[in-house]
Amino acid sequence: MSAVLPPHGAVGGHAGHDGHAHDDHHDHHAPTGWRRWVFATNHKDIGTLYLLFSFTMLMIGGILALCIRAELFQPGLQFFNPELFNQFTTMHGLIMVFGAIMPAFVGFANWMLPLQIGASDMAFARMNNFSFWLMIPAAIMLVASFFMPGGAPAAGWTLYAPLTLQMGPSMDAGIFAMHILGASSIMGSINIIVTILNMRAPGMTLMKMPMFAWTWLITAYLLIAVMPVLAGAITMTLTDRHFGTAFFNPAGGGDPVMYQHIFWFFGHPEVYIMILPAFGIVSQIVPAFARKKLFGYASMVYATASIAILSFIVWAHHMFATGMPVTGQLFFMYATMLIAVPTGVKIFNWLATMWRGSMTFEVPMLWAVGFIFVFTMGGFTGLICAMAPIDIQIQDTYYVVAHFHYVLVAGSLYALFAGVYYWGPKWSGVMYSEFRGKVHFWGSLIFFNITFFPMHFLGLAGMPRRYADYPMQFTDFNMIASVGAFGFGLMQVYFFLFVVVPMMRGKGAKAPQKPWEAAEGLEWEVPSPAPFHTFETPPKLDASATKIIG
Amino acid sequence: MSAATTSGSAPYYFVPGPSRHPVMAAIGLFFVILGAGQWINGHQWGAYSLAFGLLWWAFVLKQWFGDAIRESEGGLYSDRIDVSFRWSMGWFIFSEVMFFAAFFGALYWARVFSVPALGSLENSLLWPDFKAVWPSVVAGATASPAGTVEPFTTIGPWPLPTINTALLLTSGVTLTIAHHALIAGNRAKTIAFMWATVLLGVVFLFVQGFEYAHAYKDLNLKLSSGIFGSTFFMLTGFHGFHVFVGMLMLLFITIRLHKGHFTSERHFGFEGSAWYWHFVDVVWLGLYVVVYWM
Amino acid sequence: MTALATGSALAVNDLKGGPGVNQINLHEPVTRIAADQMWLHNFMLVICLAIFVAVFGVMFYSIFKHRKSKGAVSANFHESVAVEIAWTVVPLLIVIGMALPATKVVVAMKDTTNADLTIKATGYQWKWGYDYLKGEGEGIGFLATLDTEQREASNSGKPEPVDNYLLKVDNPLVVPVDKKVRIITTANDVIHAWMVPAFGVKQDAIPGFVRDTWFKAEKIGDYYGQCAELCGKEHAYMPIHVKVVSAEDYTKWVEGEKKKLAAKADDPSKVWELAALVARGEKVYAANCAACHKADGTGAGPIKALDKSAIVLDADKSKQINILLNGVMDKGMPAWKQLSDTDIAAVISYTKNAWSNKTEQIVQPAEIVAARK
Ligand code: HEA
Ligand code: HEA
Ligand code: CUA
Ligand SMILES: [Cu+2]
Repeated sequence: MSAVLPPHGAVGGHAGHDGHAHDDHHDHHAPTGWRRWVFATNHKDIGTLYLLFSFTMLMIGGILALCIRAELFQPGLQFFNPELFNQFTTMHGLIMVFGAIMPAFVGFANWMLPLQIGASDMAFARMNNFSFWLMIPAAIMLVASFFMPGGAPAAGWTLYAPLTLQMGPSMDAGIFAMHILGASSIMGSINIIVTILNMRAPGMTLMKMPMFAWTWLITAYLLIAVMPVLAGAITMTLTDRHFGTAFFNPAGGGDPVMYQHIFWFFGHPEVYIMILPAFGIVSQIVPAFARKKLFGYASMVYATASIAILSFIVWAHHMFATGMPVTGQLFFMYATMLIAVPTGVKIFNWLATMWRGSMTFEVPMLWAVGFIFVFTMGGFTGLICAMAPIDIQIQDTYYVVAHFHYVLVAGSLYALFAGVYYWGPKWSGVMYSEFRGKVHFWGSLIFFNITFFPMHFLGLAGMPRRYADYPMQFTDFNMIASVGAFGFGLMQVYFFLFVVVPMMRGKGAKAPQKPWEAAEGLEWEVPSPAPFHTFETPPKLDASATKIIG
Repeated sequence: MSAATTSGSAPYYFVPGPSRHPVMAAIGLFFVILGAGQWINGHQWGAYSLAFGLLWWAFVLKQWFGDAIRESEGGLYSDRIDVSFRWSMGWFIFSEVMFFAAFFGALYWARVFSVPALGSLENSLLWPDFKAVWPSVVAGATASPAGTVEPFTTIGPWPLPTINTALLLTSGVTLTIAHHALIAGNRAKTIAFMWATVLLGVVFLFVQGFEYAHAYKDLNLKLSSGIFGSTFFMLTGFHGFHVFVGMLMLLFITIRLHKGHFTSERHFGFEGSAWYWHFVDVVWLGLYVVVYWM
Repeated sequence: MTALATGSALAVNDLKGGPGVNQINLHEPVTRIAADQMWLHNFMLVICLAIFVAVFGVMFYSIFKHRKSKGAVSANFHESVAVEIAWTVVPLLIVIGMALPATKVVVAMKDTTNADLTIKATGYQWKWGYDYLKGEGEGIGFLATLDTEQREASNSGKPEPVDNYLLKVDNPLVVPVDKKVRIITTANDVIHAWMVPAFGVKQDAIPGFVRDTWFKAEKIGDYYGQCAELCGKEHAYMPIHVKVVSAEDYTKWVEGEKKKLAAKADDPSKVWELAALVARGEKVYAANCAACHKADGTGAGPIKALDKSAIVLDADKSKQINILLNGVMDKGMPAWKQLSDTDIAAVISYTKNAWSNKTEQIVQPAEIVAARK
């Protein structure tokens, strides 16, 4: 039962919550036991739930990836039949995108946004919890679909019609799961937008907000604009499957390519949904360890917004091989290439932030620098994909697989790791081990490149993606990639056992309130671990909105 | 720091305590998607799961909204929370707009690109006899190159859709009158016009139901009538569903008005529902033009 | 080049016109378009590499010089409109410089007019069908299926090393050298994509719609590609093999093909003996059905078993005929109406009498003709 709080004026949370004078105590103390988590309305607890959920999904998605890599280790079908292989590919993509990466960023948003902008919590605490719990039925349906007759959906994460029309009942489970995930994302985004727009502490103007808040604000707009469109696309799939509509059936006047247009109108912004918050995290970390203010704050904001706006007019670069008119190909090629400009601005700003700084390379900074380096490679291959004539050669080959793992794993996932090391001490109150963090970083960096770099070669040489078996000439690079994948997986196991688990159990050196000498922001103004309640009354801020003065 | 509200002083920002509603609602939805997915694949038990889930969910929502209403009426919501509600309702409606955009986009794509392409000279290789005309433009056309769609008649703007347009436009007016009355503090008038609005919504739904029955029985226009039937029924159907939801919102607001909720200054629940209703209205005007007239 | 990780165990060689062992670049081009693509790719690679080196040169310089441990003290600049404009405008110019040559290639690529030969390529689950529509050879049509032995080798998990593994088809597409060939793609069931890297061609084949692309091969030889759009379970097993031959050889091939066609053309009104029809059906089954339903008719997973199947055993033959002609879309069974009447009759008769199915029923081609109406 939600308890109704009496109206009262509580003192600032930054003093720690024991300092409160309360008339009604029980519901203001951190609730305990399972109720604390299941009935949570606290943004920090919900953030933790999100992070744990997404890590679990990363594991499941990762195990599927390893199944893929095991099968592709050498030619011939050793472990799985091709149908099952396609299920693995599809579910790996879906689970990673919707289960691992997106919820992880929402987890970060939950934990950090109220702390960064000086708010007491998210704007809608119960809806926040609802967003989280909605993902559980969806995840259960997705994973359970493997055990339905005919197995899990096997039409690729893009769920192209008319292949989806041939799928078994699990396709419907998948579609409903995606609907629910979409609802969760939309509610989460609304929550984030409202929190940022309406709950900033006085003095925290929009242009003084930390970059992470900015990138999430823009991401949230992308989400509410495109998730409903995905819902529309898969609803049409559903009615085509069961209710006799003909959206994607040419016999009745429909068009399979129409699905692709609708899907990619969602799908392209979706990939920026997965990278913009990563840019935000990196933009917080680089200045902290360069001991220098972020270079070009305003241009960072404008660049982020430009990327978001451009993302709506480039979708058909995924469809160069569907056969568009010349003008279509040219338009989408030009528009796509333009995105290199604002993204470049970001890269250059980070560089300029480092330039003549006074840098140290603790683990968060290592990940951030690793991010910039490897993500840029992925950006360049993206640009090469954007050139329509070249894309004709590499579309639907492993080149594309290489491209998007460079931006998704080395981009989104690296930034998430960077964020965990950077803010983890604030969450848990303990410092991670610098040595273990470095092992995790270097191991991941090396194995990542062993896994995905050879895929560029495979793609250029013409190995199509979503193939369970391949011509013998591709063997060696596939073997290398598979070895790398298992190594990369092991590094994540190491991360879990030796970094995450100690952090969760509170083992390790006690974290100071502000572990990073030059880090700026209100999150460093509260103790570590951050108390259950913070900023119940809005703090009074200094002119730069990075310190509390009363 | 507290903000003065009509009902005394509210906290700067009210954050509710632990609540079981979210997880309960999620459990309800689990049974909904489980049931729906199984039912459409021919498992009868799915229907029960679906119904159970929906009931469960509705029950949880009732409690949840009950809590929120109690908090609101208890004076816990400051002006700042009021602003939060405004932002959230606005962006929620925006997301709904994008949902409809997908279906309007499908209609546009089918009419402007895919059906003409199916009937193009190039495509005569596959469908030599197909004439690409949109059914609402040329009587008797089905827009089905394979000829698998049974002939049907389309529905023009007269008379039902126009009546429906009038109904919805009128309901927009009655709703606005109710709003002004609420601001002026005339509760009886507010309630009267709210009932009028709800009633207009219900009549709209009946007229639409009648139109559907007519389409199925007399015109042979069905959901399965090729791309025309697909876009026609999915667009108008989702719209109708939104009318239903909006009507429910207004109904609950009316009931709350009876109970004495809302004041002439603070009545966001009222306004949010009104925004939603106007949004449904605007979507209808779009439908009226592109589905019935064009 | 010998395989590196596997040593001599996998003695594979470069496949001319197909992938090379550990090939790291695009295929050697045999058309202008492919050459242009190759050029563009190299051009992009050079520019991107240059930017990469410049950008990360600066970053690593900074990383090494501006360290706290080296006594660096941080400066406090954090804005400069001039630099920011510069690094917006310069990349913009670079991007425009990249787009210009690409535009030319796009325009050339999409120009499918004035073809000497037009061929329709139809994607089926899971094979390609070719119909020569216009130009020399008009009227020829055949299906191209992956070599069944290679398909089985894949299943065995231990395929013998062969150079054209998964690329060998029974009937390659034959085209003349130095002629503009227009390929019209379409599909029968789901989306496939017709790709031949050496020609710089990849075009989705979309059910219900036609799309086109073209190539003009400048060198005689064999060229290979694979289906490049996820089309279901056997997606990896529907390769493309194009034989480019001289004009004379092409003419010869066309004549041979025409003769074969005339000989093969079955009279659908012919009344067959059961044994002969079953024998023919066995071949049709092996070429078309065995990939899914298995040679022993047991099916697998969602694929229905034919052995002991109620529909196959049913005395009402129309049930099975109907399934073959129309497919069962949502269960993954494609329609097989592209097969000849005789072939369909043969394969049905075969399944009705193979394995433990001993119905002695026979379906004559005439029944298929009737069912098609
Ligand atoms: C985080 C996710 C993410 C990100 C950030 C990107 C970023 C980009 N992507 Fe990527 N992309 C994906 C995820 C992502 N992509 C996924 C998942 C797919 C496959 C989906 C599927 O089919 O399953 C895909 C596929 C994909 C395709 C389709 C390929 C195909 O199927 O054939 C294309 C084509 O244009 C493309 C282009 C780009 C471009 C131009 C960028 C740009 O934003 C990159 C911009 C960055 C830089 C260019 C580097 C930094 C810039 C500088 C240092 C400045 C100076 C540079 C110059 C002047 C050149 N992507
Ligand atoms: C969104 C993020 C994301 C992430 C993080 C990853 C991570 C990985 N992906 Fe990703 N991938 C996609 C998104 C992502 N992928 C998408 C969208 C597709 C397209 C799908 C489609 O075509 O439809 C795809 C497709 C794809 C393919 C192509 C499949 C095909 O075309 O058939 C391959 C092949 O190698 C691959 C490999 C990997 C690997 C090895 C990892 C690794 O980084 C994973 C590492 C993580 C772990 C391994 C888990 C941790 C370890 C354990 C749980 C313990 C067990 C481990 C050991 C004992 C070693 N992926
Ligand atoms: Cu046909 Cu893939
Ligand atoms: Cu994209």
